[in-house]
Amino acid sequence: MRLIQFRPEGIYCVPGQFFIDPWQPVDMALITHGHADHARWGMKRYLCHHFTVPILKSRIGPDIQVQGIGYGEAITINGVQVSFHPAGHIIGSAQIRLAYKGKVTVISGDYKLQEDGLSTPFEPIKCHEYVSESTFGLPIYQWNTVEKQNEEMANWVQHNQSYKKTSVFVGYSLGKAQRVMKAVEGIAPLYVHYSIHKLNQAYESLGIQLPKYEVLDFREDVKHVNQGIVVVPPALVDSNVIRKIPNMAYAICSGWMTVRGARRWRSADAGFAISDHADWNDLLTAIKSTGAEKVYVTHGQTAVFAKYLNEIGIDAQEVKTEFGEEEDEAPTTKLEGSVL
Amino acid sequence: MKTFASLVHALDSTNKTNQKMEAIHHFLEVAEDKDKLWFLALFSGRRPKRGVSTTLLREWVKEITSIPDWLFQESYASVGDLGETISLLLPPPIGYMDFSLAEWMDKIHNLSRYDESQKKQFILQVWANLPHQERFIFNKLLGGSFRLGVSTKGLINAISSYYNLEASAVSHSIMGEWTVENSSFEELIHGQYVDSNLSKPYPFCLAYPIEGVEQTLIDLKDWQIEYKWDGIRGQVIKRNQEVFIWSRGEELVTDQFPEIVEEIKNWEGDFVLDGEILAIADGEILNFTALQKRLNRKVISKKLLEEVPIGLYLYDILEITHQDVRQESMQARRALLEGLLADKPLINIKISPLIQVDSLESLKSVREQARDINSEGLMLKHTNSVYHVGRKKGDWWKWKIDPLTIDAVLIYAQKGSGRRSSHYTDYTFAVRDGDNLVTIAKAYSGLTDKEIQEVSRFVNKNAVEKFGPVRTVKPELVFEIAFEGIGWSTRHKAGVALRFPRILRWRKDKTVAEIDNLESVKKLIH
Repeated sequence: MRLIQFRPEGIYCVPGQFFIDPWQPVDMALITHGHADHARWGMKRYLCHHFTVPILKSRIGPDIQVQGIGYGEAITINGVQVSFHPAGHIIGSAQIRLAYKGKVTVISGDYKLQEDGLSTPFEPIKCHEYVSESTFGLPIYQWNTVEKQNEEMANWVQHNQSYKKTSVFVGYSLGKAQRVMKAVEGIAPLYVHYSIHKLNQAYESLGIQLPKYEVLDFREDVKHVNQGIVVVPPALVDSNVIRKIPNMAYAICSGWMTVRGARRWRSADAGFAISDHADWNDLLTAIKSTGAEKVYVTHGQTAVFAKYLNEIGIDAQEVKTEFGEEEDEAPTTKLEGSVL
Repeated sequence: MKTFASLVHALDSTNKTNQKMEAIHHFLEVAEDKDKLWFLALFSGRRPKRGVSTTLLREWVKEITSIPDWLFQESYASVGDLGETISLLLPPPIGYMDFSLAEWMDKIHNLSRYDESQKKQFILQVWANLPHQERFIFNKLLGGSFRLGVSTKGLINAISSYYNLEASAVSHSIMGEWTVENSSFEELIHGQYVDSNLSKPYPFCLAYPIEGVEQTLIDLKDWQIEYKWDGIRGQVIKRNQEVFIWSRGEELVTDQFPEIVEEIKNWEGDFVLDGEILAIADGEILNFTALQKRLNRKVISKKLLEEVPIGLYLYDILEITHQDVRQESMQARRALLEGLLADKPLINIKISPLIQVDSLESLKSVREQARDINSEGLMLKHTNSVYHVGRKKGDWWKWKIDPLTIDAVLIYAQKGSGRRSSHYTDYTFAVRDGDNLVTIAKAYSGLTDKEIQEVSRFVNKNAVEKFGPVRTVKPELVFEIAFEGIGWSTRHKAGVALRFPRILRWRKDKTVAEIDNLESVKKLIH
C-alpha cells in the first residue's frame, strides 16, 4: 500500500486517512507551516506545531479546531505514526514524518538550511520517500551567508541615512518581516505596517523576543519616520500608501532579487536576495541527507529540478500541487489583500 | 574596479534620471582619466574586440561547476544575460584582484595574444577572485557590449552638466572615431579632436509625433511639408574629396551604398547633407523589405546592385564649404540645398519634394494616400526652424499614417532579457491559414507590466514544453497587432513580412475563432 497519494484535494496519507497541507476543505489536515498556500481555510480539524497554532488562528480565524504538537513528539493516527520536525522555513514550520509498517515518508513543506535566528533550525530526517519543494531549484540561486546579508542591509540603511533618506524594506509579513527586523535591529528606529504587527503579536505570544518597534498607522501623518527603518508587506509596493513616507528608498527582500532583471523589473532602489527557502546547494544537501529512495518534487522549478535529481541518480518525480503562491510563482505576485 | 562597479550598481538600482546623473557626476569626480575614457567608450557602444569566445566561457563555467549543458541553458534562459548567468553559477570568490577599469581593459585587450590555455588560466583566476557584482562586470567587459542603465543621451547630459558644456558640443565631440589610447578624456569632451577628423558627423535633428494638428498647423505657409520616407536616415559628408555616410545609429555605412558615394564624389565642393537612403527602381520607391536586402552585407553582389538599386532623397544641408549652417532657418537651408543641386546631374540622388497644399483638408488626403508611394506619412518643419540637436518639441513634427492592424493569436512565448528576464515578454503570433495557424509576426512591446504578468501566468499554466527558452502555448489569447507596412517575403513561412509589428492591445473580447486569416492579410500589400 502506498503511504501517500497526490489527490485533487492535496497530499493524502492513505492508511492515516488525513491530508497534509490540502488546498480543498477536508476533515483532517496536518499543516507544515502557517503560510497561506499551505494552511488554507475550511478544514474541519487542523494539526500543526504549537507555534503555528496562534498563526492559524490569526490568519484563518479564532474558532478553528486546531491541535498543537511539539517537535519530535509522536502520535498515532489510524495506525500511522506521525511526528513533526523542524523545517527552518519560518517559526513553527515543520517537516511531517509519517511511519507505517516500516516505511517512512517525510513531507517537508517549505524549508531552508540557513539559520535565521528565529525559526528552529532544519533537521534532516532519514526516510524512504521525501516530498521536497523546488522554489529555487536552479544553480543560479546561491545565498550569501546570513552575516553578509545582514551587513549589506545595515550598509544600505547607513547609506540612506547619509542622504537623509528613510529605508523601507519590503518582505512577506510572516517570516521575512521578522527576519528583516532582527537583521537591522538597533541601527535606527524601527516601524512596521499593521499586518506585520499582527503576526508579531503571534510571535510574542510564544515568548519570542522581537526588536522594539512602533506600529505605523498609514492613515495618519507618517513624516516622523524620517531616516528610520520601515518594514512593509509586498502588497504595499505599488500602492499610494508607501509613497506617504517622505524621502524614502525601498528594498525588496526576496530570493528572486538574485537576478538583476528581477530587481530592475520591480524598479526598487535595492534588492536583497534573502529567502526562507533553500537555495540550490541546500536543496541538494537536504535531499541527500534524507537518504530517500524516491523524491517527489513539488512547487517551483519542478521539471528542471526533478530531471537533475534523476541525472545524479536520485529517483525523482515532479508533482503538481497548488503550493507556491507565496513567493515562488513570480517575483511580482501580490498576496496580501488588505492594504491598510 | 570598485569605483566603476559602484557606478554600475548605482545606475542599475534607480530609474530616476537625477539619481543616475548624481552617480555619473560622482564617478567623474573620483575616477582616473583613462577609466573615464573607458566608461565613455563602453557606454557609447565602442566595443573592443572580443578576446575570448562565449563558447569557451560557457565550457569553462560548466567545467568548474560541473553542471550539464541543459541545466546551463535553463539557467541562462531564466537570467537572460550570459555574463550574469556565469557569474551567478560560479562558487563564491576566494580572494580579490584589485585593478582599475583601464587596467582590466588592458588585460582583456591582451587576451587576443594568448593561446587558449593561457586565456583559460587568466579567466579562471579572475573568476575566482572577484565578488559577484565585479565578476558580472568583468564578464560584460569581455563581451565588449556595455549598455547598463543609462542611454547615450543621458550620459552626454551628465557629462555636459558636470563640465558646464553644451550637450550638443559634447555629443559632437564624442561622435566619430577615437580610441582610448590616443585620447585624453578632458580634451575629448572639450572637442579638441573634432577638427582633425574629416568624417565627423553632426547629431541628427529629430521630430516628435504631432499632437493636435489643427492647433499646430495654423498657417500652412509657416510650414515646410515633405513626405516621411521609410528608409535609412543618413548623413552624407563630403570634405576634401572624401565621402562618408553615417546612419542615425552613429554607424559609418559608407561602403554599403556605393551608388551614392560614386555620385557624390563627382560633385564639386564640400558639404554635409541629411537625407533618406531608399531602394528606388525606375524612379519608384520600393517597399522597405526590398531595402533590407541591401543592409549589413559585407559584400554586395552585382546581382543585388541591379535588383535593389539605392537612391537618396535629400532633406537638408548642415554644412557648406566648412561652414556650419545649422543655425540658418529651414527656409534658408532649403534654398542652399536647392542651390547646391541646381547644376548637378542627379542620377540616384534627388531632393525630397515639397508638398504644396492650400488647406488642411487636402493635406489630410495627401497623408492618407502616402502609403501608396511607400511613404510612412508627412514631415512638418517650421520654415524658421534651426537644425536642432536631437529631438526638440515645436519645430519639427512627424505625422505618420495610421498603422495597419490585424488580430492574431499568441502561439509562442519566450522570456525577455535584462529587466524583462523574469517574465514571458517576447511573443510570436499567428493568423489562420485554412485550418492551420501560420506565424505572422513577433512582437516585444505594447503591453503594460500588469498585462505581461497576466500573460506570463497564462504561459506558465498552458505551456506545452517544460524545458528550453521557448514555450508553445495553447492558441487562446488574441491580440491586435499594429504595423507600419507589409511586404512579400521568401524568408517567412507566411510569405509576408510585417514592418515594426507591435501589440496595440489585448483583445480579451475576442476568441481564436475571430482572428484574421492569411488571405485577408495579404490583401493589405498593394
